[in-house]
Amino acid sequence: MPSGYKLILGTGAALGAAMPATAQTLNVSVAIPRLPVAEYHRPYVAIWLEKEGAAPRTLSVWYDVDKAKGEGTKWLRDVRQWWRASGRSMSFPADGITGATRAPGDQKIAFTTGKGPLGQLSPGSYTLVVEAAREVGGRELVRLPFNWPPKPGAVFRAKGSSELGAVSLSFGK
Amino acid sequence: MKAKYLITGALAALLASGAAQAHRQWMLPSSTTLSGADSWVTVDAAVSNDLFYFEHMPMRTDNVAVTQPDGSAGKIENAATGKYRSTFDVHLTQPGTYRVASVSTGIMGSYTLNGEVKRLPRGTTKDNLAAAIPVGATNVQTAEVSNRNEIFLTLGAPTSTIFKPVGVGIELVPITHPNDLVSGEAATFQFLLDGKPAAGLKVTVIPGGIRYRDALGQQDLTTGKDGKLSITWPQPGMYWLNASIGGGREGGEGGPAAGQPGPERPAATPQRRASYVTTLEVLAP
Repeated sequence: MPSGYKLILGTGAALGAAMPATAQTLNVSVAIPRLPVAEYHRPYVAIWLEKEGAAPRTLSVWYDVDKAKGEGTKWLRDVRQWWRASGRSMSFPADGITGATRAPGDQKIAFTTGKGPLGQLSPGSYTLVVEAAREVGGRELVRLPFNWPPKPGAVFRAKGSSELGAVSLSFGK
Repeated sequence: MKAKYLITGALAALLASGAAQAHRQWMLPSSTTLSGADSWVTVDAAVSNDLFYFEHMPMRTDNVAVTQPDGSAGKIENAATGKYRSTFDVHLTQPGTYRVASVSTGIMGSYTLNGEVKRLPRGTTKDNLAAAIPVGATNVQTAEVSNRNEIFLTLGAPTSTIFKPVGVGIELVPITHPNDLVSGEAATFQFLLDGKPAAGLKVTVIPGGIRYRDALGQQDLTTGKDGKLSITWPQPGMYWLNASIGGGREGGEGGPAAGQPGPERPAATPQRRASYVTTLEVLAP
């Protein structure tokens, strides 16, 4: 009985390291810079996941969802790399993916494996891409390459220079 | 009136294929890649020297036809013609790729009667050609002309229903979708002449914005045996693409109709002339 108990523990630990059996989260933080401009509009932001040989997965899109007659969708194409990679094949609003634009500051969003837009992640090399385009402003894209499953405590960081500030990706359970 | 302007367009397109490269016909859309459930595009249409500046004459819009992504006919709206350009709108209500095209076909040519060189009347076609040439005419010169000037617009994801060739004149068959062009990436198109691969077709590609630079930046390309060619876009922007066969300036200065007798040609076998123009938008990566 004691030995059997030990065995189960050991198996559990090994699984946890190689392929987590439980749901994990991707915690994304996106800094939207406060810009001293006369006419400021919150940027449209798209967050998506790329893996070589697989269709890109759109995780989140922040745009003017509340404008009358869906007018906010008119400018989605300005988030141009995302639009080409994934957006142009989607319909809007997209349940569990699209939401309102966000204010300047550190914006946090989490995605859970096996759920919603993230789905299951097979082991391999991924890139998390964050792209922002602002009305009467500029556009910027930040890429965060990472491996799945991640090493415990791994944090990936990148930084934009104009339309995006610090972007980070960490993992949780 | 309508026929007159149609031929004006055809003439302009022919001129564009001449050696001097003067007078280029073009349509310039406000956008080619669009999002939303429905969207509007405004198109400028003109004949000019510099691309894409309206500084010479407007292109007539009478003959502009819209093909919707499902293959059905659409329409242009709010058409207006000014001194230097025409403008019209296209309302995109279906997801997919639209074609906006001005296509004309006809016979152009000349003959000599009583020592005087006469041009075939405007609006001459294959069907009324015989009646257009009077008894006693000599040195009959004719050319069957097919001109196509078209642009493509995509709402949402690009589709290819509209690219089914009609088999007349020069046509573009996309290998790379014309609304999926990005600078630094090569695009491949196939050209057809009367429905068959146009081998050895000379194609010219010029980026817009000519007025503010010294070099034309022209790419002179030639299709392979399969009618295909590959274009790499050096920078994002609007590009003018032109292909033509049969060259020359019908009835123009230095052409056969200007007094130099050309070879006798039976009226029944006109020379083939065709031109193709499109404006392509290349996005930044």
